[in-house]
Amino acid sequence: MQLVIISGKGGTGKTTVAASFAYLSDKSIKVDCDVDASNLHIILGGEDIEKRSYIGAKLAHIDMNKCIKCGECEKVCRFDAIADFKIDSLKCEGCGACKIVCPKGAISLEDEITGETILTQTQRGLLSRAEMVIGAEGSGKLVTQVRKNAMAHKKEDEWVIMDGTPGIGCAVMASITGCDAALIVVEPTQSGINDFERVYSLTKHFNIKAFACINKYDINEEMSIEIEKICQREGIELLGKIPFDPCVKMAANELKPIVSYEKSKAAKEIINIWNKFKNKYEEE
Amino acid sequence: MKIAVLSGKGGTGKTTVSTNLAKIMNWNYVDCDVEEPNGFIFLKPKVIKTEEVKIPVPKIDEEKCINCNKCVAACQFNALAGTKTDIILFEKLCHGCGACTLVCPVNAITEEGRTIGKIDIGEAEAIKCMRGILDIGEPMAPPIIKRLKELVDDSPTIIDCSPGSSCSVVSAIDGVDVAVLVTEATPFGLHDLKIAVELVRQMNIPFGIIVNRADEEHDLITRYCEEEKINLLGKIPYDKKAAVLYSKGKLLVEDKEYNDRFKEIGEKILEVKACS
Repeated sequence: MQLVIISGKGGTGKTTVAASFAYLSDKSIKVDCDVDASNLHIILGGEDIEKRSYIGAKLAHIDMNKCIKCGECEKVCRFDAIADFKIDSLKCEGCGACKIVCPKGAISLEDEITGETILTQTQRGLLSRAEMVIGAEGSGKLVTQVRKNAMAHKKEDEWVIMDGTPGIGCAVMASITGCDAALIVVEPTQSGINDFERVYSLTKHFNIKAFACINKYDINEEMSIEIEKICQREGIELLGKIPFDPCVKMAANELKPIVSYEKSKAAKEIINIWNKFKNKYEEE
Repeated sequence: MKIAVLSGKGGTGKTTVSTNLAKIMNWNYVDCDVEEPNGFIFLKPKVIKTEEVKIPVPKIDEEKCINCNKCVAACQFNALAGTKTDIILFEKLCHGCGACTLVCPVNAITEEGRTIGKIDIGEAEAIKCMRGILDIGEPMAPPIIKRLKELVDDSPTIIDCSPGSSCSVVSAIDGVDVAVLVTEATPFGLHDLKIAVELVRQMNIPFGIIVNRADEEHDLITRYCEEEKINLLGKIPYDKKAAVLYSKGKLLVEDKEYNDRFKEIGEKILEVKACS
């Protein structure tokens, strides 16, 4: 069972829900697919037990001893990555077109380290995550690697709980492909509905069973009803509605999962959502 | 002059800050968060023009192709695969770099445009607004951002970036005069903010920070700004009134108190530029 928690956009409470699920499910391996700014380890704590450099792209390199400054490379580069016979590493996509046209063989493509993959041992099991080099290309590929690392360490009876990536682009696609289910966290705002519809289309596109939950449903109950209608129309099972709860911010400041606060009303609902989901799949 | 608004992570209030600043400063607005463009919900411009964004992908003339597989070897993105009889293109992997056309010995490869999204251009009273929208299922946002940036003229413009610090953000902030980093006053906010700070420093862009959902008790961001000698441009207090306005798709500057705050922030941003 592989479950990914996504949201279309950051800040809707995706990590709050994912960290809670990760905390509640002791028989699971956890994956933080947000390689841009991973946060799950901040809440789950634990110790890093393995770190590996990840080579995710290539980068052009000009040998100035061979370069005759003919400017052919600059002309052919479609990413504006070459100026004054220098490669801008943030813009270079490593396509090698410059290498092809260089009459002197002065350009080579070199492996570029685009991130670091990390395995963290938390009290609730293993967490696979990564830290991407700032401004790097190919975050989708790094997400795929983080998932592969998790699968390599997963025990047979373990589930995979993944905190997905925000957005609908390459990194999200890498987060959701091959998953059994996606839980979409939606907030009851105009933009939240917009993001929800876009990310739901993506799960449909990849044929992934989608569930939804509304976070802070009571900040705008009209919009929440709107979301319930969308769920009904599209046949998305709404697993729950999490109330606004100041305790969530307090938990974030104390770096603890919200479900560890017994009195929190948000925690109660997240536990309900988790149980509903778990029962559904454990029966199968 | 161009101001980019970024955040390290989504949900910190980047769109809130950029749309309200555009409104209060009367500047043009460009939504480069092409995966989830939401700025138009708040500024409500009337769309007057839409254009498709295409990237060039190879088209192989089978008559001419001699199946030498040089294009397959040249492609760094595995977008071309050779079979015994022909060459197959996986169009979503193609970055449109043109390397394949350069190596083909028999000129069998031409390029044709493939649509990956669109750009809307509109007006909200005096404010010119643009947004890019990536088609669902398309992986590559930077070409749309690049096209958006080409359409930006010399008038003062606010650029709303995508969250994170990946290639999309680099495309969006390339060439801007000032960056505004929006963060929340939580340990997560600080963690993500540091990543954004590193990015703008690496790109040599003058910048300042805005704390959204500010909370006096836990102001670890103010301390961070003092330690790092970073301009703190302003704070937007945590308030249910703001959440309600936002949820309805309304601008915060409709409220007098927020209006004053954003005016002040706008002036401070111009100071950052003047002092850099």
